[in-house]
Amino acid sequence: MADVLKKVPVREQDAKERAVNFEEVCYGYDAKEAMEEAERCINCKNAKCIQGCPVAIDIPGFIQKVKEEKFDEAYQVISESSALPAVCGRVCPQESQCEGKCIRGIKGESVSIGKLERFVADQALEKGIRPEPPKERNGRKVAVIGSGPAGLTCAGDLAKMGYDVTIFEALHKAGGVLVYGIPEFRLPKDDVVAIEVDNVRSLGVKIETNVIIGKSTTIDELLEEEGFEAVFIGSGAGLPMFMSIPGENANGVFSANEYLTRNNLMKAFRDDHATPIMRGKKVAVVGGGNVAMDAARTALRLGAEVHIVYRRSEAELPARVEEVHHAKEEGVILDILTNPVAVLTDENDWVRGIRCVRMELGEPDASGRRRPVVIEGSEFEIEVDTVIMSLGTSPNPLISSTTKGLDVNKWKCIVADEEIGKTSKEGVYAGGDAVTGAATVILAMGAGRAGAKGVHEYLSNQ
Amino acid sequence: MYKICKAEKLAENIYLMDVEAPRVAKHCEPGQFIIVKMNEEGERIPLTICDYDKAAGTITIVFQIVGASTLEMSKMQAGDAFSDFVGPLGQPSEFVHEDIAELKNKKMLFVAGGVGTAPVYPQVKWLHEHGIEADAIVGSKSKDLLILEKEMESVSNLYVTTDDGSYKRKGMVTEVIKDLVQNQGKKYDVVIAIGPMIMMKFVCLLTKELGLPTIVSMNPIMVDGTGMCGACRLTVGAEVKFACVDGPEFDGHLVNFDEALKRQQLYKTDEGRALLKAREGDTHHGGCGNCGGDE
Repeated sequence: MADVLKKVPVREQDAKERAVNFEEVCYGYDAKEAMEEAERCINCKNAKCIQGCPVAIDIPGFIQKVKEEKFDEAYQVISESSALPAVCGRVCPQESQCEGKCIRGIKGESVSIGKLERFVADQALEKGIRPEPPKERNGRKVAVIGSGPAGLTCAGDLAKMGYDVTIFEALHKAGGVLVYGIPEFRLPKDDVVAIEVDNVRSLGVKIETNVIIGKSTTIDELLEEEGFEAVFIGSGAGLPMFMSIPGENANGVFSANEYLTRNNLMKAFRDDHATPIMRGKKVAVVGGGNVAMDAARTALRLGAEVHIVYRRSEAELPARVEEVHHAKEEGVILDILTNPVAVLTDENDWVRGIRCVRMELGEPDASGRRRPVVIEGSEFEIEVDTVIMSLGTSPNPLISSTTKGLDVNKWKCIVADEEIGKTSKEGVYAGGDAVTGAATVILAMGAGRAGAKGVHEYLSNQ
Repeated sequence: MYKICKAEKLAENIYLMDVEAPRVAKHCEPGQFIIVKMNEEGERIPLTICDYDKAAGTITIVFQIVGASTLEMSKMQAGDAFSDFVGPLGQPSEFVHEDIAELKNKKMLFVAGGVGTAPVYPQVKWLHEHGIEADAIVGSKSKDLLILEKEMESVSNLYVTTDDGSYKRKGMVTEVIKDLVQNQGKKYDVVIAIGPMIMMKFVCLLTKELGLPTIVSMNPIMVDGTGMCGACRLTVGAEVKFACVDGPEFDGHLVNFDEALKRQQLYKTDEGRALLKAREGDTHHGGCGNCGGDE
């Protein structure tokens, strides 16, 4: 009998092998493992896990179906709340959400809700099970801007309610951060993302790619000329930030957004794709979030020795523990309490290193984390040929600057109500990173769901 | 899919295409650009808009073969289609927003180099349609490489120069600017220079000396074209700007051209290797010592 206090372990690709390929790291549960793990769920009456889920999946409900080997029914339970279960099962920070609330977690390890969700979704994808399209349609047109997690969720929810939904995507492929940002080895594009995007299409949602709202058309035109009655904005995070240190425009310095987009969306790692990417020998990734981990592990797979340069200590890394663990296992080196002050260049303006200072932790700052303080006289150099800046993003003004009456806050994020995504402009709703600044896939999905509710309420009262 | 309705060779290695893209055509203005992608495996190629027909919903692009992708693109015919075509990107030229009456009092000199003639054309055409006549210099390496001469002539007061003197004037565009300003006593309020980065750099060095405000259109490396990646960043004055969303047009006297020129070299080795491979096909083994072959 397995230890009931512990999760059924999940099989993973060996760290040495996976460090040189782009295949998925985690293999997921098989049916036997999933049923065994499902047995650990005690089916709480007042299920805290549901409260921890931004889209409020009936978690004990689907897990009971897994126990009973009714996997397709389990999928239907999840589908009522989530349009992207195979994605969420892989990239949600479950440890701070559903699993963080799990009663099992008090005495031992929480139920492995994420891995169970992934199992249920994967087996449904394999069988080709599609969500049911709505029986009745009301023919009312709603535009959704952006095909990332917020947009897909909002569009899916509205389509289920019978609306005629069109998603406008700026890039050439649907999926937003799921295709340009998160790497293949964490989230397979063809086998997972493309299929879940197609599932949203099968609900009747149309997706028009290559349309940049604010350039190719505007929200006002969609409302006034194209017959849309409401708009949901889920346009995502925006422009990459840099450090404003000397040498930052040298050849070999990239934003994590650029590096990841080249590799994920444009598939630069594959010989049959035309987009180039710099394959550095020694790479410094500056920053400590999930995006930094993704960039570091991508650089590693492209053949580099990779250092994460982070100004606080390991305990403060904003990335998920699992991602940091995987990165270290694969050989990414953490240079903590280190902060770059200049990018060093050779005579042709190519990166040859970074000059850094060592930091120590002082008193807690506004974020509650201990403030990193420079240690005087601690300057030193690290020799690298590539620097990837992963410092977060600032909002893209394309939509806010071209839409009459749409308010933004002092950080230039769109102002929207949390409950229903209502903005300052009538008929326009918003959610996800465009509102909150860079956050997670599941929070964006929650906001997409709230926005769908808002749009529905608005149109129902007209 | 975005259908090519016309494909034409303008000169050696320079091609023109009309592409069906109604959303782009409806919204585009002089100074803006598009991004085109040939197929699933293709790269996103930023190209300036050469002309547009709002009624027909088409955009005219002009491009030069500089790498494997543009070589492949040059083989596409009328009736073929691009998988992706997005725009209009970037900010329109400043004058589009200016008062027409004031613009009429403004003396403008356009300076185009090589394929840079393509993005200059819609600007002078727009002005011409609004009753404003501008001077324009078009510089080309030789007579064979000169493009859009007739079109330019019909909408501007045109001066053509060739590096080798094979047609009209002989010499660089900078020499024509000097001649117009210093010998012919022409006065200009603004110079708009578009062409290879090195040409724009030298035009700016000269116009700074002559005290002529100058606008340039930058064409750095780009991926998404919407501000998301930052590959196209430039130093303009004391600020870092993204050419795709802040530009592509900037005050030429503030642009750090040396940095921009170096940044353009980033993928030259990869591009050169890919082009040789595409040109040589199955005979490509890297034995020539030029590209090192495939790793």
